Amino acid sequence: MIANPAINGAPPVVRIEAVDKTYNAGQPGEVKALRAVSLHINGGEFVAIMGPSGSGKTTLMNIIGCLDTPSSGSYWCGGVDVATLNAAGRAELRLRQIGFVFQGFHLLPRQNALDNVALPLIYAGVPRAQRLARARAALDQIGLADRALHRPTELSGGQQQRVAIARALINAPPIVLADEPTGALDSRTGEEILALFTTLQRQGHTIILITHDPEVAHHADRICVMRDGELHEELVGSKSLARKEQS
Amino acid sequence: MKALDIIAMAAFALRGNWLRSVLTALGVIIGIAAVIVMVAVGRGTQTELDATLSRLGSNRIEIFASSARSGAVRLGAGTLSTLTSSDMDAIRAEIPEVQYVSGQIRGGGQAIFAERNWSTSWNGVTADYFAINNWQLLQGEWFNPRDYAGAGKVAIIGTSVRDKLFDGSDPIGATIRLARVPLRVVGVLQSKGQSGWGGDADDVIMVPLESARRRLSGTVGLAADGVQQISVGVGRAEDLSRASQALGDLLRQRHKIAPGAEDDFTIRNLSEIVSTRTQTTRMMSLLLGAVAGISLLVGGIGIMNIMLVSVTERIREIGLRMAVGAGPREVRLQFLAEAMMISLGGGVIGIALGVVGALLMARVSALPVQLDAPVIVLATAFSVATGLFFGYYPARKASNLDPIDALRQ
Repeated sequence: MIANPAINGAPPVVRIEAVDKTYNAGQPGEVKALRAVSLHINGGEFVAIMGPSGSGKTTLMNIIGCLDTPSSGSYWCGGVDVATLNAAGRAELRLRQIGFVFQGFHLLPRQNALDNVALPLIYAGVPRAQRLARARAALDQIGLADRALHRPTELSGGQQQRVAIARALINAPPIVLADEPTGALDSRTGEEILALFTTLQRQGHTIILITHDPEVAHHADRICVMRDGELHEELVGSKSLARKEQS
Repeated sequence: MKALDIIAMAAFALRGNWLRSVLTALGVIIGIAAVIVMVAVGRGTQTELDATLSRLGSNRIEIFASSARSGAVRLGAGTLSTLTSSDMDAIRAEIPEVQYVSGQIRGGGQAIFAERNWSTSWNGVTADYFAINNWQLLQGEWFNPRDYAGAGKVAIIGTSVRDKLFDGSDPIGATIRLARVPLRVVGVLQSKGQSGWGGDADDVIMVPLESARRRLSGTVGLAADGVQQISVGVGRAEDLSRASQALGDLLRQRHKIAPGAEDDFTIRNLSEIVSTRTQTTRMMSLLLGAVAGISLLVGGIGIMNIMLVSVTERIREIGLRMAVGAGPREVRLQFLAEAMMISLGGGVIGIALGVVGALLMARVSALPVQLDAPVIVLATAFSVATGLFFGYYPARKASNLDPIDALRQ
């Protein structure tokens, strides 16, 4: 996995300025999902966005992931103003900048682990032989080389999530965006996944973790607490503190 | 995204639900098969018609002497000798559109050569007859003017007669006997195969008209100057109906037939028969074409329907692909490729079925069948176009999905 080239003094990889997101604007069911949210995340950070359901954390994740656009305010992803991009441009940005990890894994059920990991490389235009070689290397790295030809249904939840993480990383994106990655896993497997994220951070990736669970959030260096569409407060992750003190 | 990847992805998706894919393609399969069979039969019929036409000579009018009456019983055409050689001369002189005129006296008899004999028909003709009917010589030569004028004892024989009487030996110069009349063979006609009415056109002995009249017609019973039939060749096809009209008027005048009275002759225009047949063929082609068009339309709608269902079913997959970097174009291409693969596959199967069907048809029914490459290329193009046209809307719908909504499913 290629290290994040971001160095100190470089612009933040995620720069959100006064972003509002309003659904059904001007209609009776108007919902202000985000209100004046500003957030900077630097390269190599491990940030958790925490909040109860309905707090706007999923909306924020969608905007960071270029799946959605702000109603007002600005978002620069890797130095690119997302507002200037059309759907194809945002897809290209997702391809190059962001690896997604979902709560429900979102693996293609009919394809084996190898093909699932290699999927983003199709859209990057990588030839098939190279795709498979890189996917094999990625599976090897997360310790699933022997499961390469298994379909998702033949893997445990933890294994599926690790395949999904390998897929997120296959195109070497600077940002890994994880939405409740441990939500569908038992606590021990969840811990393993979170430990994997910490390893990825050490390798230079920027990790953004969305969760409602304070236990999980505390693995991050920084915790942004969302409440009613606003960025409520910032905490320092206790487990990461503990890790740092140990080292 | 590379073209090969798009194809592989579409093939993978279709294989996963292969029964559905095949059933979806059924409309196109039937449509294309119908097109192939239709065109094969249409072409075959047309070719056969053209061949018949060129064999018979298309710009041709036949005039038959009317039937004789024996009390209330009307005998067949040509049994009354109302047509004469002077009618022939008048036609040649007075109708400018006419290029060739030949009278005919026909009959049948036993032809004998050495110890072989063969029952065949003979036909007394003038020189124009061979031009009107597109007869060519295989060997030997045509009758010379002396033969026509002096009722020469000469004959030109068809290949069937040659085969029956001569069995490989050279017939030119040999003397055969026809109804006890010795005739010297001067030529052999090139084979025409089947005649326009299904008989063997080559089973014939041609003799000069005068010879037939003087030496053979004792078996027929004709008046001194009479002929049974006059064949007329018109220079240009478009003059045919005008010439027909003029012929009728001339003969009515010459035969002094009062207005309203029944003609003592019958004019038959071969190209009328042919054009009726052509029209029938065209009607059948149109009908089959309509069936093919409708089934292609229905097949296309079937593809669209299933693709729309597929988009809805695979909304999670679409969302995921978008999240990992597929843009609207890539999603659109994927679904378009699937639709086109269904219809192209249907087209290929349809072509195979159509070819088999056409060959079966040729074997089972007597319909002539002709398969050719342009039709197959066209059918392939049609099936691709069907997939493109009916696959576009579902593909567009997939590409316009909001990735958030798609992922949330």
